[in-house]
Amino acid sequence: MTAEGKTASFQLDGATVPFEPGQTVIQAALAAGHYIPHLCYHPEFKPHGSCRVCTVEVDGRTVASCTLQAQDGMEVLSQSDRLRKEHQTLVQMLFVEGNHFCPSCEQSGNCRLQAVAYDLDIMSAELDHLFPNRPVDASHPEILLEFNRCILCELCVRASAEVDGKNVFALSGRGITKHLIVNAESGRLADTDIAVTDKAMEVCPVGVILRKGVGFRVPIGERRFDRQPISAQAREDAPRRPTTGNEDST
Amino acid sequence: MNDAAQPKVRVATTSLAGCFGCHMSFLDIDERLFELLERIEFDRSPFTDIKHCGPCDVGLIEGGICNADNVHVLREFRKNCKILVAVGACAVNGGLPAQRNHIDLGECLEEVYVTEISLAKGCIPNDPELPLPLDKVHPLHEVVKIDYFLPGCPPTADAIWKFLTDLLAGRTPHLGHGLIHYD
Repeated sequence: MTAEGKTASFQLDGATVPFEPGQTVIQAALAAGHYIPHLCYHPEFKPHGSCRVCTVEVDGRTVASCTLQAQDGMEVLSQSDRLRKEHQTLVQMLFVEGNHFCPSCEQSGNCRLQAVAYDLDIMSAELDHLFPNRPVDASHPEILLEFNRCILCELCVRASAEVDGKNVFALSGRGITKHLIVNAESGRLADTDIAVTDKAMEVCPVGVILRKGVGFRVPIGERRFDRQPISAQAREDAPRRPTTGNEDST
Repeated sequence: MNDAAQPKVRVATTSLAGCFGCHMSFLDIDERLFELLERIEFDRSPFTDIKHCGPCDVGLIEGGICNADNVHVLREFRKNCKILVAVGACAVNGGLPAQRNHIDLGECLEEVYVTEISLAKGCIPNDPELPLPLDKVHPLHEVVKIDYFLPGCPPTADAIWKFLTDLLAGRTPHLGHGLIHYD
């Protein structure tokens, strides 16, 4: 509420979006059903601001909408031609930085990176592929780690530390050598206390943390983003109270 | 029948480091092929068995670049085609063949032809007629300019149809939800 007693709101691409005090632009937008592309944002976690895919424009400046506090009367652009091009390029860079081969990925159809790219009409990464060498960790009897698909959103790091209280994951290195690691002396997932019921198991937006043996329980073609584009599911990502592992798994 | 008076759009197709699955999906447009053939004619293609590409309006290329011959064919297409299209996952990002990219080429050939357990007295082929493999498999756009990309493994017949009908109608091809797929 503003001092005059009316609901505070901002303009998003010309639409009026109300917000609660303390909400960020993306939180208020998603709660009102307005989609802004995003990957490292999660409705149950504090803003991270690392993937920049939710970049919007305010007063001519580009800024991540997941870390931008909503203010009354603010004018926000998320859908200009320029921003669309920037969103596309950011996602294309994520594709060439890892090894994203959708035909052989069991997360295809549930993958947010793929869904965001479909929604942005990305037909190709267009840039040169880096083809990094990232061996998988299949040491754990129930869980596979497929590092080739990691986009460094740190959601598993955050979920494991903040919700599970286990600190199983971390990022190591800087710049282009930055990568996801397992917090065990051996570096192997089998030597941690991770469990399939952990929150860290359900937050990966891509196909890095996979439960073994269930990958194709839901057939390709009947998955979340096969049914509807991610932009039509904005309210699913409206801010909500944190749940512990697997309470809200679909 | 105004269309009949128009010159047909000349189309060439080829499969490089691919599995011909995209060509099979192209044939899956089924009876729409008759409608298509009112508007287009094929130049070099597995459908015609013409061995070299002449001047064309559209080139459809399946598969990525895994050897020296692929590079020559791709350059022939680029030289002759006004519009060059990367068709399918392998052409777009290297696809399945590119999954060898983190393995040393020598070690890869050694395992496939020499040390693989079911082989007896295997050897790495070295006939001069065989094109030399590249150390990595590349998507087409890393070698020549590509005008349009049609992803999918393979792109569905409906996606190929939508793409071609848009292109023939002079529209920018657009797939949209349900037709755009990387898998």
